[in-house]
Amino acid sequence: MKQLIRALLAVLIVSFVLIFIVFRLNSSQGYTSGNTLTIFNWGDYIDEELIKQFEDETGIKVIYETFDSNEAMLTKIEQGGTAYDIAVPSEYIIDKMIQEDLLLPIDHSKLPNFQYLDSRFLDLPFDHGNKYSIPYFWGTVGILYNTKILGDRELTSWNDLWDPAFKNQILLVDSAREVLGMSLNSLGYSLNDKNKDHLQEAKEKIDALTPNIKAIVGDENRLLLQNEEAAIGLVWSGTAQEIMWENENVEYVIPKEGSNLWFDNMVIPKTAKNVEAAHQFINFMLDPEVAAQNTDYVGYSTPNKEALKYMDEEVVNDERFYPDEEMTSKLEVYENLGKRMLAHYNDLFLEFKMHTK
Amino acid sequence: MKSKSRNFYLIPYVIWIALFVVMPILLVLYYSFFDIDGQLTFDNYKKFFTPVYLKMTFSSFWYAFLITMFTLLVAYPISYLLTKTKHKQLLLLLIILPSWINLLLKAYAFIGIFGTYGAANSFLEVIGIGTKQILFTDFSFIFVSVYIFLPFMILPIFNALDELNPSLVDASNDLGASKWITFKRVIFPLTIDGVKSGCQIVFIPALSLFMLTRLIAGNRVITLGTAIEQHFLVTQDWGMGATIAVFLIIAMVLIMILTGKRKRGIL
Amino acid sequence: MKKLSKLSTVYLIIMFFILYAPILYLMFYSFNSGGTMYHFEGFTLDWYKELFGDSRLLIIVLNTAIIALLSAAISTILGVAGALAIYYARRRRVKNTLLSLNNVLIVSPDVIIGASFLILFTMVGIKLGFISVLLAHIAFSVPIVVIMVLPKIEEMNTSMIYAALDLGASRWDVLTKVVLPYITPGIFAGFFMALTYSLDDFAVTFFVTGNGFTTLSVEIYSLARRGVSLNINALSTLLFIFTMLLVVGYYFITKRNNKPGRMGVR
Repeated sequence: MKQLIRALLAVLIVSFVLIFIVFRLNSSQGYTSGNTLTIFNWGDYIDEELIKQFEDETGIKVIYETFDSNEAMLTKIEQGGTAYDIAVPSEYIIDKMIQEDLLLPIDHSKLPNFQYLDSRFLDLPFDHGNKYSIPYFWGTVGILYNTKILGDRELTSWNDLWDPAFKNQILLVDSAREVLGMSLNSLGYSLNDKNKDHLQEAKEKIDALTPNIKAIVGDENRLLLQNEEAAIGLVWSGTAQEIMWENENVEYVIPKEGSNLWFDNMVIPKTAKNVEAAHQFINFMLDPEVAAQNTDYVGYSTPNKEALKYMDEEVVNDERFYPDEEMTSKLEVYENLGKRMLAHYNDLFLEFKMHTK
Repeated sequence: MKSKSRNFYLIPYVIWIALFVVMPILLVLYYSFFDIDGQLTFDNYKKFFTPVYLKMTFSSFWYAFLITMFTLLVAYPISYLLTKTKHKQLLLLLIILPSWINLLLKAYAFIGIFGTYGAANSFLEVIGIGTKQILFTDFSFIFVSVYIFLPFMILPIFNALDELNPSLVDASNDLGASKWITFKRVIFPLTIDGVKSGCQIVFIPALSLFMLTRLIAGNRVITLGTAIEQHFLVTQDWGMGATIAVFLIIAMVLIMILTGKRKRGIL
Repeated sequence: MKKLSKLSTVYLIIMFFILYAPILYLMFYSFNSGGTMYHFEGFTLDWYKELFGDSRLLIIVLNTAIIALLSAAISTILGVAGALAIYYARRRRVKNTLLSLNNVLIVSPDVIIGASFLILFTMVGIKLGFISVLLAHIAFSVPIVVIMVLPKIEEMNTSMIYAALDLGASRWDVLTKVVLPYITPGIFAGFFMALTYSLDDFAVTFFVTGNGFTTLSVEIYSLARRGVSLNINALSTLLFIFTMLLVVGYYFITKRNNKPGRMGVR
């Protein structure tokens, strides 16, 4: 019994000492002061120097929280409980958030730096007139392949993936719209196709890809492709860029049939407490020099036209990550398909995954 | 006499059950009757009995069974040998310690170790077997799952073995029983409670395993847990996710009844 | 006590090697100048230097430790009460019902627990942050403690209790002088398993956290999209060595203080 009491006391004492230390740390950092801005973003998706710079310039203290998937983030914002001043969801979620009335309209008069954005990435179907969202980063979906393993074989089309030579060489991403989308694209259909026959055809086509598939993975595809665990991967351009920094044998291509164009945009949730600071922060991130620095750090493609001037020419002229007008015209943004259709996509994907086994 | 003390212990526990168990169960049940558009329906339950989900249920049980069996086979000897060592408590703690490192990091390490150019394949190369695909196979999935669950199995078995009166074993030996007979007739029956609770702690969560199915098995293994995860987070079809959860809870209750003690030692 | 045979020793050593292999792997690459968990390029301490400048990460680590310790301690107390409640339940049906309810949280996938706790907390009006995370961790750690403690209680000899009662011991005396000492190993096992659950949990914490409060798991998972950087490896290495020293040191100190007699799982 003595033993138990001693152990319990030890645990309690240690906990309270730790709580005290955390409290001191928090107050020395100024987190307890009144003027704060709470940001909800993907992990490691901003150059933290910029947060410091913003804090120094405005005197606003930034609280930075992170999420690992759009849907998980949406659930948290829907439920309330925490007041996030800024969140950075992807475009298909923004559509949903607008419909469910979760966002505050953005006051463009407070964003003088809005003018620097490339008009190609504004006024898109998911948010006409950018009433609720401001682009943060954008990118594409494409094929990453390893020239060391595949030799001089060049991939240009989605249909190349079905080549029997690539047995057990392909890593797919664990995401229904990307995988079905690749099949839809290869058949010449739209990424937003709602025709069930077309979808069935697309599903049967990916079933036929089964022998070539090594695994269906998540974010760890970066690790696997970098280490040449598989020769080919279906990836987002951001992931591709990061893999290319670490492994010089890989090549990224946006297939000629077209592909998906995605966005991560800044939004202000309805529950925001410091709307003024949120606008200040968005405007700050749109500053060309700031955007350039952030892009250098994150490595995804920036929608800020003016920022390109402050960046490495080699990066800016890289057509794989900053495709020309003709290529961009073939890219499609995901539309909100509606719950039923999305569920149908996911059911087909689940059936496909069961088929793989 | 007994009833007074029973009520006393029940109070905090029942409050916990009411708040954190009954509430979620009711929520899950409630959601399971709504389809994706928020209409009251039984469709989710009908859908569960389609081949896709039945196959998934079957494979979940099969893998959970395999994982539990291998965990037990590995854990029992470890627990037994641990009780014979000098610093057994310390060694036991050292077995738990690795489970305090983040699961995602450990999974990444396993991806590295089991990869084509990883340590495991280098080893196979050296002993002359040659490089094999280890990652994304049933083997790697079960291996890593057993790795994760091992401490949960060892602890109860260790505690049971540690309590075992050594004179019983000595007596059995003195009476001329072979080691195997002693184990089968004396040691194992006396530690069966530890084994049971170990199996429960492993089998039940193994049914709803999800992260490893993607990280280590590359989605070649699809369990009910994976499906729930997807319905809750990707499709946001909470109804279907909740329906699968209802079946998981039913399965758990059945397992508890089947493995529960037939007769009670007390009262 | 007989010494272990050679074969047994080899078996134990191999098992310990396998248990520690992934951790050694993580530690090894925390010194990699190459920036990834593959292809060791050269030795560097940069990741450690980066770590010490990061006060945000330090706060997160401390938060994680506080939550783990407090939730494990409280859920152990609750769990022991629960195990006793199940033990003292007279009818088998009550016992089985309690036990089944107990295990619901073990079988429910984390997302469901997380989402329903989130709904519960927002309904009741608990502010998301430290308190909500602590409550959630206590909630999902209780069942594991019950499962760890219950077998220990059930194998207890009932005549001990009656003997104590006959000798005039009060109910409280029976609990503190007879029952608790007997089940101490089970209690410690439950505590350590609760600690494990708390440290490992990502999904539940993610849903019920807020207002700038984050734990290490949530932070690590959210890094996955952009790749987990090696300073997390460095952090894990330091934490691991620290806990290891703590555990071993504590063991030998208590060992020296009460030489004879057996200890709980410590």
